[in-house]
Amino acid sequence: MSDFAAAFSSAVSLIVGLDAGLAEIVLLSLRISLSAVFIATLGAATAIFRFPGRMGIVVVLNALMGLPPVVVGLIVYLLLSRAGPFGVLGLLFTPTAMIIAQAVLIFPIIAALTRQVVEDLWEEYSEQLQSLGATPARAMPTLLWDARFSLLTSILAGFGRASAEVGAVMIVGGNIDHVTRVMTTAIALEVSKGDLALALGLGMILIALSLGVTGAAFVIREAARG
Amino acid sequence: MDKTILPLHVTDLAFSAGGTNLIDGISFALEAGPRTIVLGPNGAGKSLLLRLCHGLIAPSSGEVTWAGANESRGGSDPARRQAMVFQRPVMLRRSVSANVEYALGLRGVSKNARQAQIDEVLSRTGLQRFARTPARVLSFGEQQKLALARAWALNPQVLFLDEPTASLDPAGTRAVEQIIAAIQSGGTKIIMTTHDLGQARRLGDEILFLHQGKLIEKTEAQSFFERPASNLGQAFLNGDLLW
Repeated sequence: MSDFAAAFSSAVSLIVGLDAGLAEIVLLSLRISLSAVFIATLGAATAIFRFPGRMGIVVVLNALMGLPPVVVGLIVYLLLSRAGPFGVLGLLFTPTAMIIAQAVLIFPIIAALTRQVVEDLWEEYSEQLQSLGATPARAMPTLLWDARFSLLTSILAGFGRASAEVGAVMIVGGNIDHVTRVMTTAIALEVSKGDLALALGLGMILIALSLGVTGAAFVIREAARG
Repeated sequence: MDKTILPLHVTDLAFSAGGTNLIDGISFALEAGPRTIVLGPNGAGKSLLLRLCHGLIAPSSGEVTWAGANESRGGSDPARRQAMVFQRPVMLRRSVSANVEYALGLRGVSKNARQAQIDEVLSRTGLQRFARTPARVLSFGEQQKLALARAWALNPQVLFLDEPTASLDPAGTRAVEQIIAAIQSGGTKIIMTTHDLGQARRLGDEILFLHQGKLIEKTEAQSFFERPASNLGQAFLNGDLLW
């Protein structure tokens, strides 16, 4: 128990003192997860268009929502490694590789939730929009705009998964100090090294971040409901 | 003034789903002017007939023809001269005034011209004070008024109304009926479904009486209520069940 208390107090002092090493790790984590969310969200936009074979894609997307991070890490590792098809790009063990892995990991979640939200809204709107003379190309931005708060929630779900996962970024990033060390990989490492203070500090920041993000989304939703 | 898209000619119209003929060989013509009430029991095909006429659904066979529809490309698109109000108002998730503006934008009304039209229909329907309110927090009756205002702003030649008062209280029903009368007095042809006999008497100039997907009779309203030409029409007026 005293270990815990000591770790806790030094974790707090690390956070309050804006420890440079800590800040570097936190900022890299945010950069990687937010970039992954951005890329996955762009990709998810394709999920709302109708094209041949769409049903099959939808089933696959739904199945991939539970994709294990280590498997994604392994596949991206194989693709980016020297012998792999994209080895020539030299991306393995860089933040870019981590962004790619996380984007792959959360794309199915954002895409599947987006598709569901937009489809439900279309159910409600279709006759009215058709009656007003909206073409499908005109209806799509309307649906996205009117579903914006539900879509925000699906994007947050993606962000939550990206920022919390450790397996994929560990494999493709390598947890290199000052280069590819993020919060989750740092926690895993520090715990195994026995530096519980830094691990706990990072853990607290991770939880605070996810609380802050979901809290902000909740406030936006409620404000919008007016 | 635009060329009129009326009369509307419906010829041998049929719609079937799952092997059932929901609309079964209906033909009629509707002229500009009189308010047309599509009357019939639940499941008669009233709403379906409206959707087929409005072009929301493609018929299995038969034709819906508007005047001028087959003329050269210079003619106005009949679909752009119609509007429809549904039983459950569909409110876009934006303000009352933005709901009207959206419809105007789709019909190609220029940005500068929109505000005046929005103000006009909102004040005519008594919604001016809600202009900035999110549409979805309005009461059901106010939402239906907004749906009417949105349709009215388009200044349609033909307005379809699918049981617009089915879920409203008497006061809301009266307000909606007054708005419908005002829209009609501006020259818009009203085509409305209802299963409410009182409403049909109040609003109807002519009655299309439907039963099981068939047009039983098309009669001037007063004679329909005094002496319906069909036994089914008589049974409906008596409140006897029709199956």
